[in-house]
Amino acid sequence: MANLQAKATAETQAAAAETAKKRRRSALRTAGLVAGLVVLLGVLNGLTHGDFLAPGNVVNVLRQISVNAILAAGQTFVIITAGIDLSVGSLIALTGVLMAGTLSGQPSPIFGLFLAIAVGLGVGGIAGAINGVPVVKLGLAPFITTLSMMLMARGLAFLYTGGRPIEINNDMFNFAGAGLISVGHIFGIPGIPVPVIIMLAIILAGHFVLTQTRFGRYVFAIGGNEEAARLSGINVGGVKVGVFIISGALAGLASLLLAARLNSGIPQSGEGYELQCIAAVVVGGTSLFGGRGSMGGTFVGALLIGVLYNLMNLLNVQSYAQEVVLGAVILSALLLDAVRRRFFAPR
Amino acid sequence: MPPADAPAESPYMTMRGIAKSYPGVRALDGVDFDVRCGEVHALVGENGAGKSTLVKILAGAVHPDGGSIEVEGKPVIIASPKHSQALGIAVIHQEFNLVPQLSAAENVMLGREPTRGPAIDWKELYKQAAGLFARLGVDVPLLALVRTLSVAQQQMIEIAKALSVKARVIFMDEPSAALSGREVEHLFEIIRTLTKQGVGIVYISHRLDEVFAIADRITVFRDGRLVGTDDAKNLTQDAVIKLMVGRTLEAHFPTLPLEPDRTGVPLLSVRNLTTAGRMHDVSLDVHQGEILGIAGLVGAGRTSLLRAICGADSFDSGSLLWKGAALHPRSPHDAIAAGLALVTEDRKTQGLVLGMTIRENVTLPHLAEFTHHGVVSRLEETAAVSRLAAELRIRAPSIEQIVRALSGGNQQKVVLAKWLLERAELICFDEPTRGIDVGAKAEIYDLMVGLAKAGTGIIMVSSELPEVLGMSMRVVVMRGGGVVAEFKRGEATQDAVARFMTGAAAA
Repeated sequence: MANLQAKATAETQAAAAETAKKRRRSALRTAGLVAGLVVLLGVLNGLTHGDFLAPGNVVNVLRQISVNAILAAGQTFVIITAGIDLSVGSLIALTGVLMAGTLSGQPSPIFGLFLAIAVGLGVGGIAGAINGVPVVKLGLAPFITTLSMMLMARGLAFLYTGGRPIEINNDMFNFAGAGLISVGHIFGIPGIPVPVIIMLAIILAGHFVLTQTRFGRYVFAIGGNEEAARLSGINVGGVKVGVFIISGALAGLASLLLAARLNSGIPQSGEGYELQCIAAVVVGGTSLFGGRGSMGGTFVGALLIGVLYNLMNLLNVQSYAQEVVLGAVILSALLLDAVRRRFFAPR
Repeated sequence: MPPADAPAESPYMTMRGIAKSYPGVRALDGVDFDVRCGEVHALVGENGAGKSTLVKILAGAVHPDGGSIEVEGKPVIIASPKHSQALGIAVIHQEFNLVPQLSAAENVMLGREPTRGPAIDWKELYKQAAGLFARLGVDVPLLALVRTLSVAQQQMIEIAKALSVKARVIFMDEPSAALSGREVEHLFEIIRTLTKQGVGIVYISHRLDEVFAIADRITVFRDGRLVGTDDAKNLTQDAVIKLMVGRTLEAHFPTLPLEPDRTGVPLLSVRNLTTAGRMHDVSLDVHQGEILGIAGLVGAGRTSLLRAICGADSFDSGSLLWKGAALHPRSPHDAIAAGLALVTEDRKTQGLVLGMTIRENVTLPHLAEFTHHGVVSRLEETAAVSRLAAELRIRAPSIEQIVRALSGGNQQKVVLAKWLLERAELICFDEPTRGIDVGAKAEIYDLMVGLAKAGTGIIMVSSELPEVLGMSMRVVVMRGGGVVAEFKRGEATQDAVARFMTGAAAA
């Protein structure tokens, strides 16, 4: 007995030492990564003659990624449960034209704004529920239900507008989605864009929900082992419908930013956005098989893709070539991750 | 064809001084192991003793740090799974490597399909597959899809597959884990057929009674070291257990507490519970502090009963009375809220989220208790789970350890911890000690007894008769979906229970 206990203690100590060693190694790796990143940014900044790290450009990149980052935040929830939401691009178009339509007959700008927000988030959320319920009740694949929603929402957007954009004349709406908040020119920038603030708020809120709440824990548990989650008494169906509602509603929010920037609801908008945001989520380290991922990673993924586009523009890379580079970068990011997992993961 | 005992002096394969370390763990520390043609060589040891590592090395999945391997006297370095196969080594893992959507014959011949020109020669394929099954003396429908076959039949396919690559040595890792008593007997017949044909079998199992029933030689591993190898006839079960754990387990089972008073209202009454095709008219009572054992073969409806009681599956008719009041759990959530808990037979696919930590798994069913103003308190979680982990002696560097990395016994303790956190009043155990080592088994038994003493009701389903008999205050026998017999403690003998399980007593 004493022998066995001694063995157990020794095992525990060895394992603790191992953990400490791992932690040191991981800290070292992180430090190395950061150092490498700083050098890389310096070099890139030099290549662009200082344009890249100019405060104006940094703010610009953040504004550009805001729509994708918000979509990706919603997509992160869905993907961690081992689902996927292909409908968000089309939902941008549908909620965008509906918001524009709602605003067009409204004499009161403030009432119009709130009504539009309700319509945008509400329609997005309802579409999300329609995505999720057949998945839960009938066991359909999320790929299929959201693909159907992608087609329907796009078609409805065209039907509603007859294929033409609907103009928006509501300054409040435009400010809420695309305005600037002046910061007194401290960094030589005209102001902080409202969409950047919204994006950061969504990312932080998403991070909070994923890591600090019961709902977030359940999202990971369902993605990790749905049956074990169900047998633990978790309302698996409710959580799954929930993540689709979040994703749909955030598509409505992203649509608000886009419509406000373009001053109109456009039925063609958001095409291909579903794949862009999935790319951001996956580059950010979230597993398509579910159970693993983080909101911080998703933000970094969206940022990386945004920075890449920005750099290529600054370096005058032709737009067709940009797509090639982007695809290659996504693939190499995933390859790197897979290699790291294979060689550094414990057995 | 050599007779079973003739080639005793010429091992087909010999390993000497094999060593393998993983970061922080010395999985194998200079072990010797050999297999002769036509023998059954049992390999036993607690989880973590190094058995799986040895198998992985021979299967070509892992390369040893040191030592030498000889096959038929020639030194070899097993470079890959394919190389291992070419050397005449086949491994049948506990989890089968079959394609469920393909037929039995297609699975047997997978990757070795006979062809005529560019097309598969189906006639030849079926002929060869049928020939292999004939060699085993088994009857498996060639055209049936594997997913429609029983676990036992799937195992036959795995064995036939091993024969199709002309394996001279077959490693079987826990081959009887999912088999019922009769199926195990059948497996033994097949093993004997194979050894007569000169195939060497390495039989890895926790079940010592089986090991002694089939093995010619027994090798014991402990903590990555070879403890000893000897002919089975020179050993006893107790001696082997002693070698495995390095101590004597005086009794395999703890002393049961006094039987509870059964005159009051039962904790749970099951009345005429029926689910079409799975079980019919099942009625039984469980009292506080009682351990009720359910014996039966796989497919007798035991698991269906537990799952229906705990809300995991719905039932068609019948009723449940919980402390005298009607209970109709529509989901596991309802059952858990009432105070029932289900410890499933397969902890990896049903009991645990393997990628989550010990802490996260244990609190999963009770997260509401740790949530204040919408935020889960990690501090409270840590306090509660640390306490339980110490109480259950879960061996891990910390409760932040990912559950996947734990041994089977420790994983089972994590599952148990899930239901002890809020003290479930009735715990249904489905095969509570499957695939865990002797030491951990004893700990699980002690825990069950401790729970019963504290007034918890326990229903335990097990395929291991000694376990049912040793741990139950009352034994209910199920067969073909219904209850066929009930025994009081002391009246239940291995023979009597087995007769009802198999239907021999019904006639």
